[in-house]
Amino acid sequence: MIAAGENSVKGNLKDFLIGIIYIAFGLSAVVIAREYSMGTALRMGPAYFPTVLGGLLILVGLISVARAFLQSGTQVGGFALKKLALITLAVGVFGLIVKGTGLIIALPVLVILSAFASNEFRWGPSFALAAGLTLFCVFVFIMGLGVPLPILGSWFGG
Amino acid sequence: MELMANLALGLSTAVTPTNLLYCFIGVFLGTLIGVLPGLGPTATIAMLLPITFVLPPVSALIMLAGIYYGSQYGGSTTSILVNLPGEAASVVTTLDGYQMARQGRAGVALATSAVASFFAGTVATLLLAFFAPPLAEIALKFGPADYFSLMVLGLVASVVLAQGSLLHAIGMVVLGLLLGLVGTDVNSGVQRYTFDIPELADRIGFVVVAMGMFGLAEIVRNLENEEQRSIIAKITSLMPTKEDWKRMIAPILRGTIVGSAVGILPGSGSILGSFAAYSIEKKVSKNSAQFGKGAIEGVAAPEAANNAGAQTSFIPMLTLGIPSNPVMALMVGAMIIQGIQPGPSVIKEQPALFWGIIVSMWIGNLFLIILNLPMIGLWVRLIMVPYRLLYPSILVFCAIGVFSLNNSVFDIHLMALFGVLGYVFSKLGCEPAPMLLAFILGPLMEEYLRRALLLSRGNPWVFVQRPISATLLALAVLAMCTVLIPAFSKTREKAFVEGSG
Repeated sequence: MIAAGENSVKGNLKDFLIGIIYIAFGLSAVVIAREYSMGTALRMGPAYFPTVLGGLLILVGLISVARAFLQSGTQVGGFALKKLALITLAVGVFGLIVKGTGLIIALPVLVILSAFASNEFRWGPSFALAAGLTLFCVFVFIMGLGVPLPILGSWFGG
Repeated sequence: MELMANLALGLSTAVTPTNLLYCFIGVFLGTLIGVLPGLGPTATIAMLLPITFVLPPVSALIMLAGIYYGSQYGGSTTSILVNLPGEAASVVTTLDGYQMARQGRAGVALATSAVASFFAGTVATLLLAFFAPPLAEIALKFGPADYFSLMVLGLVASVVLAQGSLLHAIGMVVLGLLLGLVGTDVNSGVQRYTFDIPELADRIGFVVVAMGMFGLAEIVRNLENEEQRSIIAKITSLMPTKEDWKRMIAPILRGTIVGSAVGILPGSGSILGSFAAYSIEKKVSKNSAQFGKGAIEGVAAPEAANNAGAQTSFIPMLTLGIPSNPVMALMVGAMIIQGIQPGPSVIKEQPALFWGIIVSMWIGNLFLIILNLPMIGLWVRLIMVPYRLLYPSILVFCAIGVFSLNNSVFDIHLMALFGVLGYVFSKLGCEPAPMLLAFILGPLMEEYLRRALLLSRGNPWVFVQRPISATLLALAVLAMCTVLIPAFSKTREKAFVEGSG
């Protein structure tokens, strides 16, 4: 990913990166929209509005990239990749296993995995927090509000 | 008088025991999240949206509204006591509020903030009651072209008011519009950008995007610089002196006016209002030399402004059905869940709901004074809750909350994806608020554009031929021009730098 953000460069790295992201989104929008019918201004097809927007986004992206080479800019701060990965992973894993294992296992996994992202991580409080939150969620969300998540999942015959 | 009859109807709706209870729960939760670091009203309301399914519509909206303006109160408490804004709109309050606290006047600063907020809240509630009905009358005359132009104006304003580069804000808006189009096209039934994923056919949920970009991304940002919160200031006397009272009256009045006006504009909601009020106060005040060193005016004005703005930002939502900021978009979502189509007809068709919400805001402000001054000790203890215990809990509530909207695991993964996207954008200096606004307005804009051009037989000039539409577009152009004028764009930058400094 964009881990090289910390290096100081000539030109404006921020403008450059955002420009590239905009161009990528804009191009995909326009290219994918070619599968849909364009229609006319009077009767717009499903491709009309997204194609116009995609074009506009590409334009904004191009200006941004061009500006990046003309101006020198501020540095991009370092990306906290490890923390970002841990938080994303924790939520992702929760989504993957919650139906299978049930809340009783998936929720502590979410809490502990995400707790690793803190500089002040300690096992004891994290376990206590996981236990407390699991109890709370089982009582409030599943029993109280009837959210259809299993307490013990299908992998354990729940 | 009709207004009196309406307010009486509102009062009778708002003071039922159930609604009083939900109003109280709302402002209590609002204060709580305002005090707790790294949890804003957008993420909180998104999390609580599923719970409101089971409530009657009036109670649900009263509670959600309470969370929003309650968070403005709570946010200032942490600004004053620990120099950390609990909420974006209270950033400026740190400048003088914390200095007052260091001089042993924390209690007075808190009281000033509470009085200013209460006064501003009362005025803004009255403004809402006065101006919403006539605005809704006008809105009933809006055709598709007018609605389209109104949304253009809204998006332009959100770009102008956004922090950071103008060009990038435009890009964020366009990107948001595009993301809003994912799903089944209502006119043709074609599935756009769904990549054959069945969950995407029904559009990306707004709550998913809001929780990802405001909830998850914000957590990672906060984890980058974890800091210990320690309270230096002791709270002694709450009562402002006679001199203090004298000095705060005019700033509160000015702050209320500025905040109310800016609050109606789309975009940053109450945030810009507090910045603007502070800058103005600094210019006009006799004591401008004291600003930044604990001037009571520097607390009174922005506090009045942010609370007034939080309340007037309901005006476009309640009269036009168009949200002016992400929180209002969630309110629109809550209304739709309850089977109410937001728009100019709400006042006529659901008068009890409309006036009930308005009166509840005033009652809520009263609750907030009680909650904030005598119970300050409780909030002080909550400020000390370490972030390492807080954020895993936020994640849990986000994950379960987002699941329960559609009972879909896919939404959890999508939220994680938007978390990554939101983090990358915020690192690159792009504010997520305009994108979210555009995301909600995207499908609406396309729909109104289509209808307008269909009615005009494909004539694009319809947007300038209709007087309402032409006026709105002219305002949009004007707003764009002001930013391009060097003098103004410098002030814009300066206002944001001062605010975040």
